[in-house]
Amino acid sequence: MRSPSWRRAVWTQRLALSSLFLATMVALVPAVVVIGLVLARGMPVFSWKFLTTMPTHGMRAGGIFPAVIGTLELVALTGIVALPVGVLAAIYLTEYARDHGLTRLVRLAIVNLAGVPSVVYGLFGLGLFVIFCRFGASLLAGALTLAIMILPVIITASEEALRSVPQSFREVSLSLGASRWQTVRYAVLPFAVPGIMTGTILGMSRAAGETAPILFTVAAFYLPRLPTSIFDQAMVLPYHLYVISTQIPNVPDVQRYGTAMVLLGLVLSLNIVAVVLRAHFRRKRQW
Amino acid sequence: MQGSSWHERVIEGLIHVCGIASIALVVLIFLFLLREGLALFKTVSLEAFLGGRHWYPISEPPRFGILPLILGSLWVTAGAIILSVPLGVGSAFFIAEIAKGWMKEVLKTGIELLAAIPSVVLGFVGIAILVPSVKQSFHLVTGLTALTGSITLALMAMPTIVTITEDVLTAVPRPYREAALALGATKWQTMYRVLLPAARSGIMAAIMLGIGRVIGETMAVMMVTGNATRIPHTLLQPVRTMTATIAAEMGETVRGSEHYAALFAIGMVLFLISFLVNVLADLFLNRKRV
Repeated sequence: MRSPSWRRAVWTQRLALSSLFLATMVALVPAVVVIGLVLARGMPVFSWKFLTTMPTHGMRAGGIFPAVIGTLELVALTGIVALPVGVLAAIYLTEYARDHGLTRLVRLAIVNLAGVPSVVYGLFGLGLFVIFCRFGASLLAGALTLAIMILPVIITASEEALRSVPQSFREVSLSLGASRWQTVRYAVLPFAVPGIMTGTILGMSRAAGETAPILFTVAAFYLPRLPTSIFDQAMVLPYHLYVISTQIPNVPDVQRYGTAMVLLGLVLSLNIVAVVLRAHFRRKRQW
Repeated sequence: MQGSSWHERVIEGLIHVCGIASIALVVLIFLFLLREGLALFKTVSLEAFLGGRHWYPISEPPRFGILPLILGSLWVTAGAIILSVPLGVGSAFFIAEIAKGWMKEVLKTGIELLAAIPSVVLGFVGIAILVPSVKQSFHLVTGLTALTGSITLALMAMPTIVTITEDVLTAVPRPYREAALALGATKWQTMYRVLLPAARSGIMAAIMLGIGRVIGETMAVMMVTGNATRIPHTLLQPVRTMTATIAAEMGETVRGSEHYAALFAIGMVLFLISFLVNVLADLFLNRKRV
């Protein structure tokens, strides 16, 4: 015989668990709606031509070629700058750091870097790279700004990857007479590459979608040609989407959705590549 | 064996430099904000800046009171947190404790996808869908309101809150669950009476980081909140946040002008807020481990 209090508990549980399920759905449905809507409405305009022609009629028609190329160059440059610094920083934290107080401070700094508002990165990039270093608004200034912004992502991912390499690998290498750096270079780093790659790609996907840090450091309102050097301004997708959806009246909806779709497609594909890579190497891991 | 050859010393030097680069960067960011922003306080007092009720940067004489902007940020953030905390913590409990196998993977991927959507895309879809529906449901003149911003930002805070809460729940030792269930508690009673208290400080950290994410968000909020620099009295009025002010006005300022310095000074305020929020979150997270 079940007591009434037990029955009440069961009913409470049913109600509570259904609410949790509902909360999860409410949290997830918007993602599906946003992605679905942008894909559905962007598809009609999407073509090779849209990707590879210049915008025309005050950006109300034509393609988004310079913004696509600008974004790809900016993101590549960001990765090139951020990857080595991030990996070396992670190596410091996992393999070299001794002083506990200092590493605690480094960790706090990383957490804070991750939390600095993106528009503050924009101000910083403007102050340091554009003005102080005299790079002007340029791909270089934008990439350096974005690189600092994604540094925490790369450091955290690389650190996790380095830590997951078993301690015995290091011990064997050291016992064979290898120096500390040789150990890191040949016995640890190669096994952490997949994790580092995943983190870097995730960071680059974040950089591809950000607008605020590049507003004052690289983004050009309208520049119907490709950048010729890293000291050139460039059009970039997120800013272009912002411009045609709020700054210019009477842009046809398909142009807007098409641009949103290309940006979303780029960012999500980078994410998916990272996730697949992570899953693939996790399965293959031998230890 | 020539262990410490010169190139080895160079690379180890680089490792140490990069290791502490994070500290240097945080300091450098603050220094550059100070360098460009401090000039404002030659002509405007700190009280007039933080407590001034009027932001008219290009009128004659200009007024640089950021109270409406601070309140704008606070209203939008409060709304977003009220929406996202119950949903986010609820989802985290569902994903960590109830969902199993492929369903768990699907839900986690969904949350990751939500986190990956660029803020400008969320803002764009917000303009297309959310703004008209807010306007209609509340019979407003404009759908560009603080509430619209709150809903959009809730979507951005959610992944942060879910991910961290889920991590914290997963870290609660198994015996806690086993003991509660063995004593005859239902699954829900275990979650509510055992796991929730055990994960409390981690959940606080998740909420702090969610707040940090929301208060620093720029593009989406600039696109959907209407950008009126008035002190808001309800969530259904247009507001302008600190972040949106910087992003919208920096392009039009002259370098070295008062207005330019004022925008950097707002950057200082934002930096200090995010610093505080992150240090608090870090304290909560570390208390959990002890």
